[in-house]
Amino acid sequence: MRWLLLKDLQILRRSPLLVALLVLYPLIVALLVGLALSSGPSKPKVAFANLVPSGEATINLGGRDLDATTYASELFEAVDPVRVDSREEAIEKVRSGEALGALVIPPDVIERLQGTLSLAGGEPPTVEVYYTADNPLKRRYVQATIDATLADANKALSDEIFKEAARYLNLIVAGGKLSLPLVGDVDILGLRRAQRIIDAAVAGLPEDSTSRVALEQVSRFARLAADNLDVSRPILASIGSPVRVNERAIGGSSSSLDVFGVEVAVVISLMFVTLLLAAGMLALEREEHAFGRLVRGLVSRTGLLAEKISLAGLCAWLLAAVMLAVLVGILDLGWSRTPVWLLALAFAALAFAALGVAIGGLTREVRAASLLAFMLALPIAALALVPSGAVGETLYDLIRIVSGAFPFKPALNALDAALSGGDLLAHLAHLMALTAAFALLARLSLRRFG
Amino acid sequence: MAAPRTDAPEALRAKSLSKSYGTRRALQDVSFSAAPGELLAIIGPNGAGKTTLLQILAGALEPTAGSVSLDSRDVGWVPQQPAIYSKLSVGENLRLFARLEKVSDVEGTIARMLLQAGLNERAGDPVGTLSGGNQQRVNIAVGLLGDPSVLLLDEPSSALDPRQRERLWEFVSALARDGGTTVVYSTHNVAEAERYADRLLVLADGELLFVGTPEELERATGEHEAIDFEGAFVRFLRARGH
Repeated sequence: MRWLLLKDLQILRRSPLLVALLVLYPLIVALLVGLALSSGPSKPKVAFANLVPSGEATINLGGRDLDATTYASELFEAVDPVRVDSREEAIEKVRSGEALGALVIPPDVIERLQGTLSLAGGEPPTVEVYYTADNPLKRRYVQATIDATLADANKALSDEIFKEAARYLNLIVAGGKLSLPLVGDVDILGLRRAQRIIDAAVAGLPEDSTSRVALEQVSRFARLAADNLDVSRPILASIGSPVRVNERAIGGSSSSLDVFGVEVAVVISLMFVTLLLAAGMLALEREEHAFGRLVRGLVSRTGLLAEKISLAGLCAWLLAAVMLAVLVGILDLGWSRTPVWLLALAFAALAFAALGVAIGGLTREVRAASLLAFMLALPIAALALVPSGAVGETLYDLIRIVSGAFPFKPALNALDAALSGGDLLAHLAHLMALTAAFALLARLSLRRFG
Repeated sequence: MAAPRTDAPEALRAKSLSKSYGTRRALQDVSFSAAPGELLAIIGPNGAGKTTLLQILAGALEPTAGSVSLDSRDVGWVPQQPAIYSKLSVGENLRLFARLEKVSDVEGTIARMLLQAGLNERAGDPVGTLSGGNQQRVNIAVGLLGDPSVLLLDEPSSALDPRQRERLWEFVSALARDGGTTVVYSTHNVAEAERYADRLLVLADGELLFVGTPEELERATGEHEAIDFEGAFVRFLRARGH
């Protein structure tokens, strides 16, 4: 037993590449899967464009000046702001993947906020939010982040409004001075003082006398109190969300999370079936020593590859089509787009099959081909699901390039466009280019296939 | 064994064949010819270039220089390891390769091959369940499907027991003797070469050292005391620095 153990350890020690692979592969896959499935970094990068002119960020609430930047800072509690100078720059940061989303504070937001708080009417203040909906998972994450950060900012603002409303109520009860726009300072009698005046007037007057002044004071107080209570209603209505959000998705998917789940499930199944079938069938020719016999005049190497790609692609396409048809039926997605998603699946199957034969061409036997296909498929899928903004800009650019060099991401995009509408042609062209590239790679690998 | 028919027209001619892998020369300027119905054995130490030469003759490998008189489709090729599908039956393998060879009468050819290889009763058996000897027979039968004038065999008996080897050589000898097929084979078994071949090609380090009959090889050693053929072969190589 111990001699066997010693022997195995010696073999492992003399196989540094294998040991490195055994250690690094699970780490890399775990990292990639984690990146793909996590809800994003703890403080996602958000491009921030504050278009309010400097020095004009002050609002007046009940005669008190408040600095709006104090409340804007609440937005950055949960995000890592990337400050930019214009709306266009902010949108570009999102498009490039440098930022998960963009928050734009329009120049009129302070004016509108002042209008809302001073009861002058008009449109409520609205901030603009931009993000790319790479996939529904990311969309949900961005929406949750925006909701949470704006809720924090609104809460800070509504706390001030609550204080102001309480002051109004105190004025109504106890009386005092109230500053109103265009009117100036007004002396508010207050309910308690009014009560005392009325009591005194009533006590000092004969039964049939009418004291005009005292009664007029009471009348004015009653009117102002009624008015104040009336105007308090829109203030109270705005307490919940004084600032509104205008969300805009910059391209990307419009699929629901359910549909996205279907797409991922189908493309993963399609990928594994096609890769394993194509890689295994080509490697089998070598394992059975038949390759040399076939290509010496019976079949051309290109013809052999075309046969493997066609067969693997057809088998996997049929399987994926049945799988997707069942899921479309279960989710009641409708059948009107069936020809389109069948086409998308066919292009995806061909691209995966071409990648499969390239893998098969690099290996000597079926087991090695299957192992390599598995090892390659998992990181490809995980990489393709990493949303923009979840990692640094350079790393995301690298991830985007790598994902674009393999069929998973374009297959997912094509299926998404086929199911939900979108630019299908671009994704089909991408898949076709990958099919050609991997078929060429496979053809080159067959030069050393004997 | 029949005498070599050196006066007959050539069935195969190799002219100045060379093959290099980078700076390593696997084959250097090898030329020879074979007559119809001749059995030609290629012998030599490991790494001599025997398989490389056969692969070039079969069209499975491009030479760096030189030429072969026959097109690869006119040559039957039997690689060292059976190049057939273990999950398919004997009949299915023969049918597949007969169709790929574009044989005119597929079923008739299969029946003839099964009879010739003595595998009639195993036609429906998966190749993976056959013995090594029977797998090699299927391998050879596939090589003969196109009715080639030249059959190339790479170490055909290396994995067979003595009884299977005997049956294999009876089969191959009959092809040459009765069918007029030229058979070129490589072997490590010098006694087998002496026993079955009309002529020998001796290769060492990619260089063709000798072409002639076994008797001529024995004479070429220059030894006069009685030694066996294998001993003569070893002395021959040693005398030439191999």
